[in-house]
Amino acid sequence: MNDFVQLWVYLSTTPLFGLTATLLAYLLAQAVYQSVGQAPWANPVLWTVLLLALVLTLSGTAYPTYFSGAQFIHFLLGPAVVALAWPLWQRRNELRQRAGPLLVAALAGGIAASGSAVLIGWSLGLPQDLLRSLAPKSVTAPVAMGIAEQLGGIPALAAVFAVLTGLIGAISAKYLFDLCGVASAPVRGFALGTASHGIGAARAMQVNADMGAYAGLALGIQVVLGAVLIPLVARLF
Amino acid sequence: MAQGCVFPFRMMVVRRAPDPATVTIDKPASAKASVLPGLTWLLACQSAGEVLARLTHVGLPGPVLGMLILLLLLRWDAVRAPVGAVAEALLAHLSLLFVPVGVGVMTHVPLIAQYGIQLVATLVLSTWVGLLVTALVFRAMLRQSDDRAAEAGTEP
Repeated sequence: MNDFVQLWVYLSTTPLFGLTATLLAYLLAQAVYQSVGQAPWANPVLWTVLLLALVLTLSGTAYPTYFSGAQFIHFLLGPAVVALAWPLWQRRNELRQRAGPLLVAALAGGIAASGSAVLIGWSLGLPQDLLRSLAPKSVTAPVAMGIAEQLGGIPALAAVFAVLTGLIGAISAKYLFDLCGVASAPVRGFALGTASHGIGAARAMQVNADMGAYAGLALGIQVVLGAVLIPLVARLF
Repeated sequence: MAQGCVFPFRMMVVRRAPDPATVTIDKPASAKASVLPGLTWLLACQSAGEVLARLTHVGLPGPVLGMLILLLLLRWDAVRAPVGAVAEALLAHLSLLFVPVGVGVMTHVPLIAQYGIQLVATLVLSTWVGLLVTALVFRAMLRQSDDRAAEAGTEP
């Protein structure tokens, strides 16, 4: 028994634990997601996170200890953003033709998402620093942290809000679009990437390649628009 | 570091089902190509982006500038073939990459609980507003531009 405890203490403090646990939990969540026909409520990010949070809580492992292993996966977010050039390049002609509609929709959607978050939060009585962390929530997590810092928000909270926003979009978008009669795959994909960044785009890429490409494009545009415009607008207040 | 990065890739390549929509256009020369050259291109572009971001102060994050640089480089087949295979494998498992940040949410549970209902309502409603405004504006704009293209007698 004592040997087992010592072994566990050793394992849970090496980066190996965080990395292995993340991959195991993800593969499990992914298998469940596939077995229920990729139903939105079975979102693999949501269930992997819940499963890992449960394991960490039950085993008394601190988040930084977990992250020492998970950082190897976290690191790949950067190269993945660079890799978005690939689906864009594949559809370059189609995108060039639709440049106007794409830009206007991205701008309208970005303003609507960010503006409504601040307005609704303010009217519900959320404090200033929370509102400032909410503003960049539809920009992908690492970039949202940078924007929140410029605004005087709390970067860690901005990442949390961005992740939750991504999950909410990835899980509910299908039902919302079905309800409102939005059927076209490019339109659905572009909206998902705009309002729910990488997690929404990941969902779109799993549904179909066309939806995924537009979601990836939206994610890229939103990063650029958000990083430039949100600090600019915030300076007015 | 290298071990940690290569491991998930192997599984991604094995698990990925062939995708009819991407197979027809600009298919990488060999889908079984080693992941190393492609990954190196991605990292090189990201590094160039980071350098550019710091030198020019454009206010854009390094990876985004890296994406723009790669977009310019993709016109060459020597870049396209290795990058295509790796990019598809990486993007097929984009969800996985958000897990570490996602688990970080658990460290903020007290705060989320403190503002519980207001915070959840704000996040859910604003996400729906963002989704719907984007979808409706994009759809309306597409119809308009497709109509114009049809009038001009060109392919929409």
